[in-house]
Amino acid sequence: MLKFIKHHMETIVGIEIFPLISFVIFFVFFIGLFVYVLRANKTELNLHSQLPLDAKEESNAQI
Amino acid sequence: MTEITEPQMEMKPKQDLGVDTFYYDNSIVRMFLIATTIFGIIGMTVGLLVACQFFWPELNFGIQYTTFGRIRPLHTNAVIFAFVGNGIFSGVYYSLQRLCKARMFSDLLSKIHFWGWQSIILAAAITLPLGFTSGKEYAELEWPIDIAIALIWVVFGINMIGTILKRRERHLYVAIWFYIATFVTVALLHIVNSMELPISLFKSYSVYAGVQDALVQWWYGHNAVAFFLTTPYLGLMYYFIPKASNRPIYSYRLSIIHFWALIFIYIWAGPHHLLYNALPDWAQSLGVVFSIMLIAPSWGGMLNGLLTLRGAWDRVREDPVLKFMVVAVTCYGMATFEGPMLSLKNFNAVAHFTDWIVAHVHVGGLGWNGFMTFAMLYYLIPQMYGTKLYSKKLANAHFWIGTMGIIFYALPMYWAGFAQSLMWKQFTPEGTLVYSNFLETVTQILPMYMLRAFGGFLYLAGVFVMVYNLIKTANAGSFIPNIKAQAAPLVKAYKPDPSEHWHRRIFEWRPINLMIWSLVMVIIGGVVEIIPTFLVSSNVPTITSVKPYTPLELHGRDIYVREGCYTCHSQMIRPFRSETARYGEYAKAGEFVYDHPFQWGSKRTGPDLLRIGNKYPNSWHYFHMLEPTSMSPGSIMPPYPWLYEQEWAKDMTPNKINAMQTLGVPYAEGFAEESVADAENQALSIVVDLASQGIEVKSDKEIIALIAYLQRMGTDISKIDGLAAKN
Repeated sequence: MLKFIKHHMETIVGIEIFPLISFVIFFVFFIGLFVYVLRANKTELNLHSQLPLDAKEESNAQI
Repeated sequence: MTEITEPQMEMKPKQDLGVDTFYYDNSIVRMFLIATTIFGIIGMTVGLLVACQFFWPELNFGIQYTTFGRIRPLHTNAVIFAFVGNGIFSGVYYSLQRLCKARMFSDLLSKIHFWGWQSIILAAAITLPLGFTSGKEYAELEWPIDIAIALIWVVFGINMIGTILKRRERHLYVAIWFYIATFVTVALLHIVNSMELPISLFKSYSVYAGVQDALVQWWYGHNAVAFFLTTPYLGLMYYFIPKASNRPIYSYRLSIIHFWALIFIYIWAGPHHLLYNALPDWAQSLGVVFSIMLIAPSWGGMLNGLLTLRGAWDRVREDPVLKFMVVAVTCYGMATFEGPMLSLKNFNAVAHFTDWIVAHVHVGGLGWNGFMTFAMLYYLIPQMYGTKLYSKKLANAHFWIGTMGIIFYALPMYWAGFAQSLMWKQFTPEGTLVYSNFLETVTQILPMYMLRAFGGFLYLAGVFVMVYNLIKTANAGSFIPNIKAQAAPLVKAYKPDPSEHWHRRIFEWRPINLMIWSLVMVIIGGVVEIIPTFLVSSNVPTITSVKPYTPLELHGRDIYVREGCYTCHSQMIRPFRSETARYGEYAKAGEFVYDHPFQWGSKRTGPDLLRIGNKYPNSWHYFHMLEPTSMSPGSIMPPYPWLYEQEWAKDMTPNKINAMQTLGVPYAEGFAEESVADAENQALSIVVDLASQGIEVKSDKEIIALIAYLQRMGTDISKIDGLAAKN
């Protein structure tokens, strides 16, 4: 299977570097993302998750 | 009475101890909600009608405008873009204002967006039954409407981004990320897939051909599901489940990973719609791998939604809004597990072209999108009318009728899909097909089609119960067009704390960054799959005996496209013994190089037609199209008598040839001028042949052009000795 893919891709000049670059970009991005979400401040996150529950407007609606 | 009407206050906010007073626009939300409901009813009614045509073909009423091939696209377009589309806009316009603590950017743009979108729907409802179609599934609308869609979509985008930019809440809640990704990706998909060359006001040809057209179309088709039916509704889930259950989302961390992983992976999965088709193997494999990976973010999102309700299950028993949400999210989970399974080649070999796929789509459509929309309606209408729901009992009744509707829809379709596929593949010990007559496999599953229609009827009946309940609710309350709210404006010279993480600095406060990077994420998947298929010639090996269509065949092909034949017939023989034994030589990528657009189809209600050419005499097609049961007793195909009265558009012939030449089809220089005579000659030869069978027909009738096309289809390859095509 890999051989088959390689056969088609060989015709693109400098193709070897493409998958490597893509892989590195996404690997770093998603690792960074994981590190971020694991290290993120819990109080901050709780604050963000409360955003939809800001109920001031409902009380105004009942004026 | 709590009406407050001072929307202009948004422009000059009252400064009161540094707090702005402003008003949320409920009117636009209500307009979209009403449109959702109306088009939900229309789209589902058309769905029920087409479902009944399966076992009662007379329900096409004998006229072309209500024949299955034309109104099945009407059903799909209506439920996707009218029902769900308006549902998205209602939810976004409601939640975005509140999450940004700001009124929509411009009331005028909101109105242009609303009326523009409804006009597009109206145009679709008129043009599709008239047979104006580009022949690409879920993208059937013709080029002027495509342009209108792009423009109105941009209006929506400007209004949304404008609102985000003037927000009073620095942090962008995760729902907004999903809205932003939806906006950029749908724009990209729509524009790339709608590239077409117009030849008249309502007729165009896809600029892509064959394999490339198929890949672009399913990159679009799959991601229409992803970015029109999924990501915006996930945004709504992240807003409305916490809102309705009054508890924050289970894990905000998970939602961040959910977002990035989902948009990155989804865009690659399109080729799983083309497994075992004439698409390069590497593209198929990429599609499979990414489809399997999709389970992770999809289920992460589903669990995040469901676990939000942990500890609140007692309320789920009481509250119809939560009930609808639980079933919606559960259906999302089922559909997103089933989808990757269907992407495995061994599952796909059984399921593709059958009713299994129809069941899969409707678990998502009826369950996830439908029930989420109903939940939103039950939640928002009482809110916006300052009252309580008229009847919880009726809402519960709707819930159960709707759930039964989904079950009665899906189970028979699963059964039908399995049963028919196994019949297609069954051989006798001697090695011949047990069900060599395709029709036998159709008549066996007609009871399942009846049950499916019953399921659809139940589901639609539930919607009427909801409408009654909501009208009663609205009458009991009083609509609040503008709701007063207060919030402090953002500090302009805000300096983030050095301890703040990069993700917040880069994305969570910066909507434009988020938009650009979402676009980059989704472009990469598309580019990697699509560009090599276009540029690397070995992906579509040329077959020298494959020649362009004659002008008359081109006319016939356009009639084939107009009548939506692809909604029931494939033109794609997969390399299986069961298929080559039934239909003939399997399909090669090089056979479709002149097909603008491709017509591979995705469902076989009738047999594959790729090798129909020269299989039957002209007279067979003549009688079959006039009365299908005369040639195939028991057939559920509708008759096409209008083809015997209408004339093929002779004067359009040179235009068609010129357009094809522009797209790279190698007709000889100056052929356009001879094309009318060429078409007339070919038509005459068919008429003479028919006359020898005792059939009298004029050469300018549409049926002659259609016969020419049907007799040509898939025959070029037989000119090769021993079918030694290069691939």
